[in-house]
Amino acid sequence: MTTLTTNYLTPTGREEAWRFTPLKRLGGMHDGSAIVADRHSLTLAGSKATGVSFELKSSSDAPVLSESDDAIVGRIREAARDVAVLTISANTEVAEPIILKRTPGDVQSAEFARVQIKVENHARATIIVENTGDTHLAEDVEIYVAPGANLTLVSLQEWGAKTVHAGRQHAIVDRDANFKSIVVTIGGSLVRLLPTVEFAGPGASCELFGVYFATSGQFFEHRMFVDHKVPNAKSRVNYKGALAGDQAHTVWIGDVFIRAAAEGTDTYELNRNLLLSDGARADSVPNLEIETGEIVGAGHASTTGRFDDEQLFYLMSRGINLSDARRLVVRGFFNEIISEIGEEEIQVRLMDRIDNELAKAGA
Amino acid sequence: MSTLEIRGLKVSVDTENGAVEILKGVDLTIKSGETHAIMGPNGSGKSTLAYSIAGHPKYNITGGTVTLDGVDVIEMTVDERAKAGLFLAMQYPVEVPGVSVSNFLRTAVTALRGEAPKLRTWVGEVKEAMEALNMDPSFAQRNVNEGFSGGEKKRHEIMQLELLKPKIAILDETDSGLDVDALRIVSEGVNRAKAANNIGVVLITHYTRILRYIQPDFVHVFANGKIVEEGGPELADKLEANGYAEYVSA
Repeated sequence: MTTLTTNYLTPTGREEAWRFTPLKRLGGMHDGSAIVADRHSLTLAGSKATGVSFELKSSSDAPVLSESDDAIVGRIREAARDVAVLTISANTEVAEPIILKRTPGDVQSAEFARVQIKVENHARATIIVENTGDTHLAEDVEIYVAPGANLTLVSLQEWGAKTVHAGRQHAIVDRDANFKSIVVTIGGSLVRLLPTVEFAGPGASCELFGVYFATSGQFFEHRMFVDHKVPNAKSRVNYKGALAGDQAHTVWIGDVFIRAAAEGTDTYELNRNLLLSDGARADSVPNLEIETGEIVGAGHASTTGRFDDEQLFYLMSRGINLSDARRLVVRGFFNEIISEIGEEEIQVRLMDRIDNELAKAGA
Repeated sequence: MSTLEIRGLKVSVDTENGAVEILKGVDLTIKSGETHAIMGPNGSGKSTLAYSIAGHPKYNITGGTVTLDGVDVIEMTVDERAKAGLFLAMQYPVEVPGVSVSNFLRTAVTALRGEAPKLRTWVGEVKEAMEALNMDPSFAQRNVNEGFSGGEKKRHEIMQLELLKPKIAILDETDSGLDVDALRIVSEGVNRAKAANNIGVVLITHYTRILRYIQPDFVHVFANGKIVEEGGPELADKLEANGYAEYVSA
């Protein structure tokens, strides 16, 4: 174990990118004070399908695919000696989802992990990453979706109550490729994720879905960035969050940049938050920067509200009691996104966890 | 045999200019198997009566009593009223995104019966109720009232009337926005549910056309927050001919 001592790019909390994050709760992952754990907690569950490889490569054999000015990503790249690389070979269609699991570590040290997911030309796969237990994890996930390929990445933050997880999931989506991401954050003390997309070829598209549910004391931040730098790419963002309990805090930032070259861009982003009790705070900031007017469409919407009394009245007028009516409304609110996962067993598990969190919060 | 008894009911709503009284002393008694038509011009307070009985939080009861078989309804929560046997078919049923009709109905019937219905018989019950109302089977998988046409919303309300089997049902402008075919199908549903479970029905309507399909035993004319005239079915014919002018000009 070593301690990172360099002080370059340590955020102070005044930077735009860090102004919402409680830095003191990051376990030193941002300022170099965290003890670097010697563990590789990411494992492939089940047997490897044909055309799928999963291996640990040395950093020198797996150079970075993208730039990042994020302080934690910078420290990960400095600290990580190995990279977990998952590759789907060209023209491979993987029928069953590929399951990756993060096994729990400890909260005295922090794992600085690099991961690369490469989906080669015209390949198609669904990858589900299951994060459970208590750990401190700084994670730099780079995804390359090659021309004509199709990737669905489901990232499940079902962490224990002590986990601190700061990560970037950066997808480079090439010509005519599709990337669909579903991020679910319902556990952990602090989770700060950067789902970002960079279009590398025309005709590419991405759908970024997410749900988060924060209860007392939890801080969940999702900060997306979609970089339209080529023509005729399409992006959709839809994140939904619910908050219950004192000091529950969520942050959603949706940055979309349409560069001058990105004619024919079609983008829309949406964030909805449901405040289930007093004392919770949801920050929601959509940002659209446009350098060309030659686009198909660009829009965003953000709403934060409480329970709709008319919905509750309608359900209760059919004999359903208040707490069951609220549970139905919350389930319904999340169902739109959760059902995108398409795996019944996982969907039921997530909904049960949401029910439990709701019951515990007494909302 | 059930009796819903409304005595001297006064109801107000809060507005920017303070409380405004909408119901000014309503007396009405509905027994099992009876059909009461409540007719009146827009803004007379008909819907307020319906929502007040169902317990909508917007309406403040400032006087009078509402009892079902002698038990105070006003003290009950909204779900308790439904469990006691009251049902309101709404004029504007509310959308509940992400909640399927099938899930909603199963949750409601479980709450009302106190236990989950046996899956096989329940699926049959729902299928039968949907077929009787000429609804496509895919309807059960759609989200409650989301994207429903006006006619679909009303059929969905009456389907609930048939499945939830209340003692007393208040139908708030169930006829509004329906074409002739839909009106006939919905009316047949009301008649079927009433006959099967001896439901006492309160039919709130602006127009007389639904009374061609659902025969009322009593007609009450509602104006300015109270009942101003009562009679048998012949009163509806008089309203059809003369309108409400004589009641609102007073």
